[in-house]
Amino acid sequence: MFSNLAEKLQNTLKQLRGKGKLNEKDVDAAMRQIKLALLEADVNFKVVKEFVAAIRERAVGQEVMSSLTPGQQVVKIVNEEMTRLMGETQSSLTFSGKGPTAVMVVGLQGSGKTTTVVKLASHLRRGGKNPLVVAADIYRPGAVKQLQVLSESVGEICYSNEEADPVDICREGLKLAERENHDPVIFDTAGRLHIDEDMMSEIAAIKKAVNPHEVLLVVDAMTGQDAVNAALSFNETVGLSGVILTKLDGDTRGGAALSVRAVTGCPVKFVGVGEKMEALEPFYPDRMASRILGMGDVLSLIEKAEASVDQNKAREMEQKLRKQQFTLDDFKDQLGQLRSMGSLDEILNMIPGGGNIPKEVRQMSLNEDSFTRVEAIIGSMTKQEKQDPSLLNSSRRRRIAMGSGTTVQDVNRLLNQFGQMQKMFKQMDSFDKKGGMKKLKKGKKGFPF
Amino acid sequence: MSLIKQFRNGLTRSKGGFIGRLGSLFGSGELNEDFYEDLEEILVSGDVGVETAMKLAEELQVEAKQLKYKERAQVKNLLFEKLVAIMSSDREAPAADQKPHVILLVGVNGSGKTTSAAKLAYLYRREGSKVLLVAGDTFRAAAVEQLEIWSGRAGVELIKQQQGSDPSALFFDAMKSAQARGTDIVIGDTAGRLHNKFNLMEELNKVYRVVGRCLEGAPHQVLLVLDATTGQNAVAQAKSFNEALPVNGVILTKLDGTARGGIVISIKDTLGIPVRYIGTGEKMEDLAPFDPAEFARALLEF
Repeated sequence: MFSNLAEKLQNTLKQLRGKGKLNEKDVDAAMRQIKLALLEADVNFKVVKEFVAAIRERAVGQEVMSSLTPGQQVVKIVNEEMTRLMGETQSSLTFSGKGPTAVMVVGLQGSGKTTTVVKLASHLRRGGKNPLVVAADIYRPGAVKQLQVLSESVGEICYSNEEADPVDICREGLKLAERENHDPVIFDTAGRLHIDEDMMSEIAAIKKAVNPHEVLLVVDAMTGQDAVNAALSFNETVGLSGVILTKLDGDTRGGAALSVRAVTGCPVKFVGVGEKMEALEPFYPDRMASRILGMGDVLSLIEKAEASVDQNKAREMEQKLRKQQFTLDDFKDQLGQLRSMGSLDEILNMIPGGGNIPKEVRQMSLNEDSFTRVEAIIGSMTKQEKQDPSLLNSSRRRRIAMGSGTTVQDVNRLLNQFGQMQKMFKQMDSFDKKGGMKKLKKGKKGFPF
Repeated sequence: MSLIKQFRNGLTRSKGGFIGRLGSLFGSGELNEDFYEDLEEILVSGDVGVETAMKLAEELQVEAKQLKYKERAQVKNLLFEKLVAIMSSDREAPAADQKPHVILLVGVNGSGKTTSAAKLAYLYRREGSKVLLVAGDTFRAAAVEQLEIWSGRAGVELIKQQQGSDPSALFFDAMKSAQARGTDIVIGDTAGRLHNKFNLMEELNKVYRVVGRCLEGAPHQVLLVLDATTGQNAVAQAKSFNEALPVNGVILTKLDGTARGGIVISIKDTLGIPVRYIGTGEKMEDLAPFDPAEFARALLEF
């Protein structure tokens, strides 16, 4: 719906082209779009109101930079403001100077506390720490067991005592950490509703008992308008020091991040991006800003691509793409590199409008078997054929199918996909120096594989 | 305390929340642009979604004009009727006339599938049915143990395999065993999965096919378990799950908090999937059939 805010804004502000300054009327029209987009992204409506008012003030009367359209100028301002609001830099954990650092993890039921606790422990161990996790959820059936099993799976140490009361468990856990030189000690508390007074006083008591250096609220990225209510209550009761946003590997825009940040003032410190225990990442405010705005996580994508794609190859590829000389050999290469980047699903979701890529396209590209098949098919072609697929008449296709152990239909399908991809590249406007994309003409499908 | 009362208590407890605001909005004053704008905003704040909220407000405005309404209270009635109409299902929940009647619970991680499976099992058992729970979440650590504890509490049988086993194989065994034992109701828990994970959705579709192959017409119900605190993403969830296997109902969980779960209005309106049950607490009996009128009444503080 609002998959591409930039596009929407450009439509709204089309008539503006050529004018030098953003006037009040134009800005109001743009603000309406922004308001709708933010609400669609689940940013709390009160937060949206305040935010839009602040932007409006900044935008009215501003010069439109010569390189930008008015719509882009507004998006730029919005993006900057939002990044500022999300906290301009990454925040990390505070560690105790002496003795174990106590980290308390709190949140609503089902937000992902238990998984996050183990992910966090594992993350800290990779950073050279020796953490201890403490199971203080004695209410949900199987919760302690879940923490034990998960901890064990990644070699973490878990303290639990199902007979004791959560406050005592945490106190004992802290003592154990002191005795055995664990640092930090991470407390997994039970999920609770922010309006459940008994349960809220329990975490207040735990806080008093362990005097934590960090109190982290775990928030499901898919949360809607109610995120502010829960965050406010938890903040009032235990005084939060940070937020961990979970399930960000879904296709939610994650406006809750902005809401929670706005009402508590606490920075998001980590994000959960998958079910694997390594799937915990630092939080990048700028990326979250563009995700909420529906501009895709282009930065993340570029960074990810840079990390795994050979730089020279990427440059070569860029040249080829510019000159429309993308061959089947390159296609095979790209597939290989993509596989080393991680799940294609993950990558697709970072692209602007990537969530809207039709199911058929995802299906064709997501199946691991088909990767192998593609490699076999291309491997069975002659050098000339790879350079110029138009040579492939039906007898050549039959030969390739035989050679690769596939069918002529498979070969045809691959050639179709390749054709579509070439078409996609043609739709791309330009590439920036990094070899990533700067701007996509048809944001929905233009992804440089 | 009735469930809906619990739900409303939760709602009123939130400061300046949905209920209080709607009440004052509908109290007195004339019908003007501001009124409809406020109305829109209040609906949005209940996670109804911008699009649906705007649509509702616009329709109300047109109809109120036609009916020559002058009072806000009249429009309140109109809105109530509208919400009831949207939320009412034209189809009854599939009757459990075939034995076993198979119900699959699906949804994203942390929505409350396992707890809902136990509550649903308890509900059927209290009605005198012979229930079999299937611990189909073979992925999450200790999910099987969690359901095992629940099944003990609910006094129903459980079929399980160890963590990491293939859910389709488990469901195959469960179906065979239910047929052999003369079970009335089979309730299948499944692993939580984000709806944009293609392979996991395929896995779910396979479970669906396996169950259907064991018994024609099964599963009779596929219920999407939805956390009431979920925002607009719930529509995408419903859409994707419904593509993987035909979803014919929603269990709306965690309604004992301050979230209103207004997104179910969009889900019903756009996909035609009705809410069948609501979850209002952590106890086994905290699950009730969904009543559109009660839901709308609670929302509008009638």
